[in-house]
Amino acid sequence: MDTKLIVSASPHVRSDESTRGLMANVIVALCPSVVASAVIFGMRALLVTAFSVVVCVALEWLYCKLLKRPNPIGDLSAVVTGIILAMNVPVGMPLGQIAVGCVAAIIVTKQLFGGIGMNFANPALVGRIVLFISFASEMNAWVYPDAAVDQLASATPLQVADPSRLNLFDLFMGIHGGVLGETCALAILLGFVYLVVTKTISPAIPLSYVGSMFVFYLIATQSLHESLVEVLSGGLLFGAVFMATDYVTSPFTLKGKLLYGICLGLVTFAIRYWGSYTEGVSFALLFMNLWVPFINDVTRQVPYGYVKPAKKAGKEGASK
Amino acid sequence: MLNKLKRAALGAHTPHDKATAASKPVQMPLPKQVRILMSQHIGAPAKATVKKGDEVCVGTLIGEAGGFVSANIHSSVSGKVTAVEPFRLANGKLCDSVVIETDGKQTVDPSVQPPVVTDKASFLAAVRACGLVGLGGAGFPTDVKLQPKSPVDTLLINASESEVWITSDTQEMLTSADSIVRGIQAVLQYTGIPRCIIGIEKNKPECIDLLCQKTSGIANIDVKPLPSVYGTGAELILIEKCLGREVPHGGLPADAGAIVMNVTSVSMLGKYLATGMPVVERTITVDGDACAKPQNLIVPVGASYQDVIDAAGVKPDVTLGKVVAGGGMMGCAVEDLSYPTTKTSDGLILLSEASAAQPAAEPCIRCGRCIEYCPMGLAPVEVNAAYAARDVQELGKLHVDYCFNCGSCSFVCPAKRPCTQMMSLAKAYYLNEIKKGGNK
Repeated sequence: MDTKLIVSASPHVRSDESTRGLMANVIVALCPSVVASAVIFGMRALLVTAFSVVVCVALEWLYCKLLKRPNPIGDLSAVVTGIILAMNVPVGMPLGQIAVGCVAAIIVTKQLFGGIGMNFANPALVGRIVLFISFASEMNAWVYPDAAVDQLASATPLQVADPSRLNLFDLFMGIHGGVLGETCALAILLGFVYLVVTKTISPAIPLSYVGSMFVFYLIATQSLHESLVEVLSGGLLFGAVFMATDYVTSPFTLKGKLLYGICLGLVTFAIRYWGSYTEGVSFALLFMNLWVPFINDVTRQVPYGYVKPAKKAGKEGASK
Repeated sequence: MLNKLKRAALGAHTPHDKATAASKPVQMPLPKQVRILMSQHIGAPAKATVKKGDEVCVGTLIGEAGGFVSANIHSSVSGKVTAVEPFRLANGKLCDSVVIETDGKQTVDPSVQPPVVTDKASFLAAVRACGLVGLGGAGFPTDVKLQPKSPVDTLLINASESEVWITSDTQEMLTSADSIVRGIQAVLQYTGIPRCIIGIEKNKPECIDLLCQKTSGIANIDVKPLPSVYGTGAELILIEKCLGREVPHGGLPADAGAIVMNVTSVSMLGKYLATGMPVVERTITVDGDACAKPQNLIVPVGASYQDVIDAAGVKPDVTLGKVVAGGGMMGCAVEDLSYPTTKTSDGLILLSEASAAQPAAEPCIRCGRCIEYCPMGLAPVEVNAAYAARDVQELGKLHVDYCFNCGSCSFVCPAKRPCTQMMSLAKAYYLNEIKKGGNK
């Protein structure tokens, strides 16, 4: 026969979804938050975001170039990390310090562990925590939107002594101090809806995380207003939608995702309510990231046709 | 909701590429010769009953069932036997085959007479005589299937046809609805199974309408429209979707009180009972982007793939890249077009070089889609790690042996990893290790 045919294992058709496409969906979903941050905190927000993205992509490219690995920047995951990291710093953050966060995220957390899919924790999250601990004063230099021009340090709603005075509508629209991406709940919700509609993420983790947090606060404070303030302030919504749903560092199954979300809610509640620390999302996420392999182990699906081995049969039954 | 917690089994939304759904089957030109394999079914190969030089007619018995789980083989053409020889199959095994040179007359063997069926024994004998096997692809001898060891309360007719491209079952329903009903009624009457459910995916409304109409006066036959997602056509999944029961692992459908027959099988049975013509031809869908005239062809069993391809034609400006025997999800890529068609061949897909190219595999991003879409509730991403470590115990815990290669995991993988291939390798490795060591 003259023509040689290609032989390959089935299936012979593949879906249109690709890693790059999924990452592009996340980037689109982040756009409302980026725009909101520019509107609320001024144009420097865009500079911070662009800088973070460029540094993340450049670091990923450089690292793989030096180690003679295939160039991975086409999958857009470094862009996602860059945007999420930028959304996690205040508008006045010096660029040099942001670069440090990028190194912690891309080099230390992602590439040293083997690149995309191999990181034990969310890269942007570790980047944020490194910045948080290394440059505490800059990271806490939150500004009120109206005061953004003169860069006055101000408190996030979580540090306000009397939360009952806070206006829920202002919180929802993001007219308050905080890091770039966390303040505007509306923008985050738009992104969430987009991610769910495009089936990029399952809504299980964000819903169970925010839902359980809300319920824990409701039980603890007996106040609807205060519970809503807790949900709308700090990094909770942004973390729940964009960071807790990171594929690599979240459980596989629906059971696992719900358990993960509820545990996140519990840990965040514990840190915020009992701890001396006002913002618990980052550490709750990092803590729960470490539990993911264990959660995966205990929340596997029941395969079709699985019959539990009879208990009485003991070892004979198990070693069929 | 609770079911989803147990097992998501979302069902992949494979493309509904059924260009030939309205193509009425036409007889393909008679090939010069046919090669009829003695093993077209699960179980022992048939024993050839003819020798070189024998004259045979359409319907002449040329291979006799070689055991209880086996099936008779009949000639699909009239002509002269030119060879009885072993033939190397795609899986590397040798199988006896009968090569017949056609004389073009297609004389029907005088023994082809409608069978006399009066009771269960004569019915099963007739089913056995005609060489009927599961025509959906598995090729399990039908007479054996109709003698289950467990009590059965439902006959399920698998008419879901969830495979990509294939429409032979669709056309069988549209052109032979009466034979289907006749076949079903015979099975119910002689085996004593009280009811029948015909499961059809909702993407074939014309088939649903027609069969509803044909069975409207018959109380014990129901037509059940099923969601059109890939995987519905798998026997185990069909039982779950129609009856809400699971077949215990390693068991047969009868263990869940059901017998599943493919719609073309039952139609073939209906035709045989009326005419006495055994299984000697079947409808094959020829499609794909390199196919000049995508259509359904009635093919004599034993015609080579090349003959079928010639009948439908390859587009002149396209280089043939891949030929798939079967559907897009579970079909087998063929490397040699001289392979003969069998009773279970349902499609031949001709792909151009461009669409045959395999996408490059990227690193796994652990999105978990392979888990969510696995109809069996398995975890390919975790099997991958366990197989890489050759961890037999972990593979056992992950139930890798439940996999039936449906292809969903590879299909949905955004990183384009060959998950299904990995699952097959892991399963083969696991079963082999268990056989060797015996410690699960």
